[in-house]
Amino acid sequence: MTPLAVEGLRVELDGAVVVDGLALEVEQGEWLGLIGPNGAGKTTVLRAVGGLVPYAGSIRLFGDEIAGLGRREVARRVALVPQAPVIPPDMTVLEYVVIGRTPHLGYTGAPEARDVDVCRSALARLDVAQLADRRLGSLSGGERQRAVLARAMAQDARLIVLDEPTTALDVGAQQQVLELVADLRKSKSLTVLSAMHDLTVAGQYPDRLVLIDRGQEAVSGLPGEVLTEETIARHYGASVRVVSDGDSIAVVPLRPHVEREERVGS
Amino acid sequence: MIAVRQRRGAILPGLSAAWLAAGLGSVVAAALVALAVGPVDLGLSSIGRELLSHVPFLDVKSPMTATEDAILWQIRAPRVALGLLVGAMLASAGAAYQGVFRNPLADPYLLGAAAGAGLGATLVIAYSHGGASRDLRPLAAFVGAMVGVGAAYLLGRSVAGRTTATLILAGVTVASFLTAVQTFVQQQNTDTVQEVYAWILGQLETSGWREVALALPYMVVSWAVLLLHRRLLDVLAVGDEEASSVGVDVSRVRLIVLAAATLGTAAAVAFSGLIAFVGIIIPHAIRLVVGTSYRIVLPLSLCFGAAFLVLADVLARTVAAPAELPIGVVTAFFGAPFFALVLRTTRMVGT
Repeated sequence: MTPLAVEGLRVELDGAVVVDGLALEVEQGEWLGLIGPNGAGKTTVLRAVGGLVPYAGSIRLFGDEIAGLGRREVARRVALVPQAPVIPPDMTVLEYVVIGRTPHLGYTGAPEARDVDVCRSALARLDVAQLADRRLGSLSGGERQRAVLARAMAQDARLIVLDEPTTALDVGAQQQVLELVADLRKSKSLTVLSAMHDLTVAGQYPDRLVLIDRGQEAVSGLPGEVLTEETIARHYGASVRVVSDGDSIAVVPLRPHVEREERVGS
Repeated sequence: MIAVRQRRGAILPGLSAAWLAAGLGSVVAAALVALAVGPVDLGLSSIGRELLSHVPFLDVKSPMTATEDAILWQIRAPRVALGLLVGAMLASAGAAYQGVFRNPLADPYLLGAAAGAGLGATLVIAYSHGGASRDLRPLAAFVGAMVGVGAAYLLGRSVAGRTTATLILAGVTVASFLTAVQTFVQQQNTDTVQEVYAWILGQLETSGWREVALALPYMVVSWAVLLLHRRLLDVLAVGDEEASSVGVDVSRVRLIVLAAATLGTAAAVAFSGLIAFVGIIIPHAIRLVVGTSYRIVLPLSLCFGAAFLVLADVLARTVAAPAELPIGVVTAFFGAPFFALVLRTTRMVGT
């Protein structure tokens, strides 16, 4: 069953139409990247998929319209990782990851040993088992992002939605986090939908890209088809060079209209 | 052996047996001290033997005279019991408010419970006389607290794009309005100012077991609801949006927890006036020393809140004996420096 099928999605926030008539389909095991300039509506699409904003149109999660699913059932099907998660500094990593078990617990239920096992193995899978008793406030950016991913893993959803998962990470931590997502996708046969800021990253990890602009799909296809210098110039207003070695793509920003003589200053 | 150890490791670290024992022990110790201390010194050992004499088959004879017995059971014990209930209630309600608002400075009076109760009590003190005033005051304070918080909640809900900050602002608005009315009534009736003032500063006054019996049912309901929500309060720590993304109906949880905490707080202020700082000092001391999870903070707030208020009451009635200090003065005297410390050491979370 298709993990995610979006049709004619329209979202209004405070009276402004933020997403207008968007269609998306993510296949089982696929990684779909959502790109687009700031304010294009990427985050709003992800929040709608997570059942967090009212919408018109249709969003089906594994066959069922999310408006008809209970909040808990949505949370069992899709795990959402926000761009800037709230990190309670005094909470331990394990306590934080256990929050991901919430959709599997009764309203007043307490996590059982089995739930804690799921959380510990999520931490182990992300190579941070030793951080379980550390306080979140004492973690580095990369460690923190792993804790956030572990919480999403603990949710045991088959669709994982990431909103710019590498914001504020250095290039090494970025790569580690993205490789982790790629590994998890393979080993746990997850489906991934992510909004991506960095176009080079967008060119290398997702199977397919959808570029949205002003709440509508502008271009979609394989990364090589979407990430062209013309497309990026048109939608981002950016001057870039796209470098490809056949397998992977890098998008390098170039300063526009710079006269060589001026820069040398002679 | 290894299997056993893994099984152990799989349990989420929560409230340890040692801390729970310490909490319950502090309640017993504080209660015994408070029973013993007073104008008539009853002595810990005679209290112990008196208590044991009520245990069947032990055959311990009470050493107390009939007068001592009456002082213990009709005067001190009800007051100690009321102190335990009010302290436990204010501390646990404070912890719940802090969890719901993700704000370390929230206390059970945040949404207008104090202002509402103050107005209710002031109206009764100013406009009724004698015995009727004494009897009506708790009811008026209780209703005032519930109405104050209810009005703040409805006002907060009616604002578009509501957040916890909106609700707090609504609480501030309602509280200011009710306090203005209360001050006006107070100024119009200068002959009762002192009585109003004494009520506002807080006092544990009992006439037998009546107050305890009236307050207890509300508080038991409140505690049951709060304790059942302790894990969900931990989930709220990641914010409304993320809490809903893991399947929690945030506004419903907030409404239920606020309603329960307010019900208990209203029952507490009805019989004790406005005792300051307990709702902030106790949960924060626990967070600083033991841990921040509500699985720890809520049960320990019940215990240490109860013990703290009973000891504060011992000071209130002995420091200036035979006069009594208002208990709110004692809690604030120890609370204010602690509050300053909390301000200096905790990060502000949310608004």
